[in-house]
Amino acid sequence: MLELQKNKVLALISGVGILLGSTVAAADFTACQVTDTGGIDDNSFNQTAWKGVLDAQETLGIDGRFLESQAETDYEANIVSLLGGQCDVIITVGFLLGDATQAAAEANPDQKFSIVDYAYDPAIPNVLGQVYATDEAAFMAGYLAAGVSETGIVGTFGGINIPPVTIFMDGFVHGVNYHNAEKGTNVAVLGWDVDSREGLFTNNFDSLDDGRAYAQNLYDEGADIVLPVAGPVGLGSAALADELGVDKLKIIGVDADLYLTDPAKQHVYLTSITKRMDATVLDVIEAAMSGTFEGGVLVGTLANGGVDLAPFHDMEAMVSDELKKELDVIRQGISDGSISVGG
Amino acid sequence: MNEQTESLSEKLLQRAAPGRVDFEDMVVVPVFAVIVALILGAVAMLATNVDLATIGRSYVALVVGSVGSVNAISETLTAATPLVLASLGMAVGFRAGLFNIGAEGQLLIGGMAAVIVGFSFAGMPTYVHLPLALIAGAVAGGLYAGIAGWLRAATGAHEVISTIMLNLMSYRLVDYILRLPVVQREGRADPISRSVLDSAELPRLLEWIDPNLRLHSGLFVMLVAVFLVYWLLFKTTFGFEFRASGANPEAARYAGMRSGLIIVIVMVFAGAMAGLAGANQTLGVLGRATPGFSAGIGFDAIAVALLGRSHPVGVLMAGLLFGALEAGGRQMQVDAGVSIDLIAIIQALIIVFIAAPLLVRKIFPWGFQKETRAGKE
Repeated sequence: MLELQKNKVLALISGVGILLGSTVAAADFTACQVTDTGGIDDNSFNQTAWKGVLDAQETLGIDGRFLESQAETDYEANIVSLLGGQCDVIITVGFLLGDATQAAAEANPDQKFSIVDYAYDPAIPNVLGQVYATDEAAFMAGYLAAGVSETGIVGTFGGINIPPVTIFMDGFVHGVNYHNAEKGTNVAVLGWDVDSREGLFTNNFDSLDDGRAYAQNLYDEGADIVLPVAGPVGLGSAALADELGVDKLKIIGVDADLYLTDPAKQHVYLTSITKRMDATVLDVIEAAMSGTFEGGVLVGTLANGGVDLAPFHDMEAMVSDELKKELDVIRQGISDGSISVGG
Repeated sequence: MNEQTESLSEKLLQRAAPGRVDFEDMVVVPVFAVIVALILGAVAMLATNVDLATIGRSYVALVVGSVGSVNAISETLTAATPLVLASLGMAVGFRAGLFNIGAEGQLLIGGMAAVIVGFSFAGMPTYVHLPLALIAGAVAGGLYAGIAGWLRAATGAHEVISTIMLNLMSYRLVDYILRLPVVQREGRADPISRSVLDSAELPRLLEWIDPNLRLHSGLFVMLVAVFLVYWLLFKTTFGFEFRASGANPEAARYAGMRSGLIIVIVMVFAGAMAGLAGANQTLGVLGRATPGFSAGIGFDAIAVALLGRSHPVGVLMAGLLFGALEAGGRQMQVDAGVSIDLIAIIQALIIVFIAAPLLVRKIFPWGFQKETRAGKE
């Protein structure tokens, strides 16, 4: 509080009125978000999480603010600039913000934090982690890809080799393997080795050029379906699929239903593995508003709708009725635990 | 092709390191450039459907976020420190006639070396460990830049090309080093280093006011470096030789200066400064290394050196301005919801106008004395 006053005094000395600044805050509750380097308009990861705040703005009448991270050095700086009482809850988006969020949360025990894709062990009392069993939906996507592929080769690549990325790739590979075991096929997955934990990674979450080049490499090796797990990087892969034609290369989207968020290239998406960060972010904001917020972990699963497989949209005809029925059975099996997505 | 780059970079160097201190070029042009850039930034916002009230609010936020509070000033200085350090090396290069594009790579290698020393040697006291880590950063950055200097001196390979290539190599090299078992943090599969030990961290300066204030003692390293470079350039024989070989390499050679040696020394010095900037980031701000920790500072430093006219004090001022833009830009985004990309646009516009002094003189004829040396260019 003292600090706040000091800030105000200095702001006044500097002349041009905190007055204008203070007119901004109208709502009683403010949710602030720090994005990862992909940016708020990445059509997938950060955008989906931001949609949760936008939904809360609409339904709960809160005020929402965001700060985009331009580089990894921005994480801490961005979180720090949201401290000082103007945010009722600070939501950091992405595994890579884990260290910075922990440091800020421990230094400011009265500030509520929530982080997407990170669970602290042991839990921090003022941080609610949001994690997702994306391998469940990715398993279905893998089974689907194995059923649709004509070349018998499918591919995947990731942004950075971190758990929230590789969990997609794990589920995808296991889904393909499950198809091979059940149907006697021999579909191969390029780009990720479940056992050695090595695979194809762009090492960034923002280069569309890389997305294009990596998809091209996989296509050259025979893959006709590619799953890019790298936020906006995948948009570059979609551009390649658009040029080659969807009969040669199809893309499986991640995070959001990219058919809806990337309308310009919507015809290239076979489906998307949706990770409903918007729903969990909204849940967190509701909890913080109603006073039920407490530190811990919130897990999105296939059963509670936190993760899902998006509709096939334009590709509806490419997926046989038989395959659709099998997918329904698998969904059921994963939800009731009779099918293990762990391979 | 080679000749073209040669003459182009010579022209740029002439602009970056003017022969005599010219008040109008040093002060008036940059000030006007900033003003024009801010006005054009507002126009850019208008063009993207931002209303006037928001534009006003965002510029207020820019000021408040850069100098309007203790935290703002702390953030401005934190952002300015590595920029000034890397840019000092750049400035010495410009003065000596070398166009070093490699600060980004030298910064990465230097920062990486500092981290490795920083997480090794547990139990060492701070007054040994911290200087050791800083020196490791400077030495590694210097040696990395020295490759380009040696290539230039020994084979004539142009430093613009070789430093760009060394940048590209440094990205992959850092990716590789970060995945080595001795460097990578336990339990992580992504490229991230172990954490720097407390004894090698640059102590934070304002924690007694508020634990969230990030300003750290790298600030003093930077200020010492500003003084050192000033002294080196203008008070020592070495500095005279640097400047002489930059101003007229032929004459310098006739005067008996060993140009090859000077090139190598200047490049090593520039690399050491960039390496210190990297060490400053890893030991002071991040406490670890990840592939993106350079964050484009090495490239922004080129702009800072140009803006500061390759004078240590000018570099300090320009670095503070860029630091303020970065810190204020963050506040712009929070308070007014204006995209942070706009700050990049304003920075780019400032550079455009600095690099085109004639344009600024044309726009503000009343701001300058009648008699210009315009005919010369």
